[in-house]
Amino acid sequence: MSSKQNREAVIDPLLNNNPIAVQVLGICSALAVTTKLETALVMSLAVIVVVSLSNLAVSTIRNYIPSSIRIIVQLTIIASLVIITDQVLKAYVFDVSKQLSVFVGLIITNCIVMGRAEAYAMANPPLASLLDGVGNGLGYSLLLVIVGAVRELFGAGQLMGVTILPLVRDGGWYPANGLMVLSPAAFFLIGLAIWVIRTMKPELVESE
Amino acid sequence: MFFFAGAVCLVCSIFVASSAVALKPKQDANKIVDRQKKVLSVAGLIRAGEDLGPDVVAERFEENIVTKVINLDTGEYVDDVDPATYDMRRAAIDPATSVAAPAGNPAKVLRIPNHALVYHVMRDGAVDNLILPMHGKGLWSTLYGFLAVESDAQTVSGIVFYEHAETPGLGGEVDNPRWRSSWKGRKVYGEDGQPKISVIKGPAGSASSDPFRVDGLSGATITSRGVSYLVQFWMGDDGFKPYLDRFTAQGGA
Repeated sequence: MSSKQNREAVIDPLLNNNPIAVQVLGICSALAVTTKLETALVMSLAVIVVVSLSNLAVSTIRNYIPSSIRIIVQLTIIASLVIITDQVLKAYVFDVSKQLSVFVGLIITNCIVMGRAEAYAMANPPLASLLDGVGNGLGYSLLLVIVGAVRELFGAGQLMGVTILPLVRDGGWYPANGLMVLSPAAFFLIGLAIWVIRTMKPELVESE
Repeated sequence: MFFFAGAVCLVCSIFVASSAVALKPKQDANKIVDRQKKVLSVAGLIRAGEDLGPDVVAERFEENIVTKVINLDTGEYVDDVDPATYDMRRAAIDPATSVAAPAGNPAKVLRIPNHALVYHVMRDGAVDNLILPMHGKGLWSTLYGFLAVESDAQTVSGIVFYEHAETPGLGGEVDNPRWRSSWKGRKVYGEDGQPKISVIKGPAGSASSDPFRVDGLSGATITSRGVSYLVQFWMGDDGFKPYLDRFTAQGGA
């Protein structure tokens, strides 16, 4: 496999084939963990780790997996990785892991992870699969971080807990936008992102 | 195929088990710091938005809080149990150190430990606030938390939950600082001396005009009811009431 293809495996999912904005996968967690930039970042990191390692592991043993039980094998690997990630988060970033609560565990059911294992890692060599996982993880992260930053900035006037827009409540001038801290805001922002990407890249728009 | 499936399971389980075992001490330490942090926050010793490192938490806890072990049945202090190592939740499982709770109690508490921890928040050498651990069932999970009352053992000064798995955004709003602050100043006991405070459905009046009722959490009727029941249970005769009666009778000691 040429290095050009490897590069594409990482770059392509960022915009052209973004898992959230183009494939519209992984929306549920994107709504729940993006009220703050910090949780979005930690969640992104967790997903990057899980999707790239699961791709790597599945790809390494892809020629031995009996096709009748491949989905179960993939799920076993993904679930183990998610549990380990969850344990590490609980040990090193306890507060954030409490805020992420069930959503770390729910990475198991994140369509992006299984989608990449089934669609890419089962048919490609380990290195390419690892890079594909990193790329898709980054694509997910890109959107998560943008949405998280916008929601925290306009919903709480802060970024990473540092006040940027002083709130009226604390004697500043910025009236917090209550909608931004609620889940629908993430829907609107992801919708806007999809619109922006499809306007920039008309080739993504399906013909009627 | 079976061999392959078995091998995958074995490898995965080795990874999962070793990570769980290796990280357990660190996670336990985090839990203790988190618990102390919650005690400090319900005592009003951490300002909103203040982010403290584990050392500062431990130090501030040490400075302001005195942990006591009490006998829940008699309400007396117990000296031969070390408060630093006493684990109420473990004690509540062991039949030797706990008793069965009254059947059908609405808080769905199963067993009551013989001994309980209480935290005294000290100010100028006197007890300023009492922090009492409590738990009970919500919708999905058991809620574990603390209720802080002033030294009259009647006026609520704060509430906090440190562990629950209620629906984020609905029952999970028990963590919402605004809702938690609506407890401040409410009264626990009615004229008959029994816990009267309850979380109602919908909004309650101000603490001075409507002292026995607290705003319900919208969309979380069962969690709200659970919080009501668990506060009533633990403030009642099966919970901390004997201790609180003794505490006030002795002028706050």
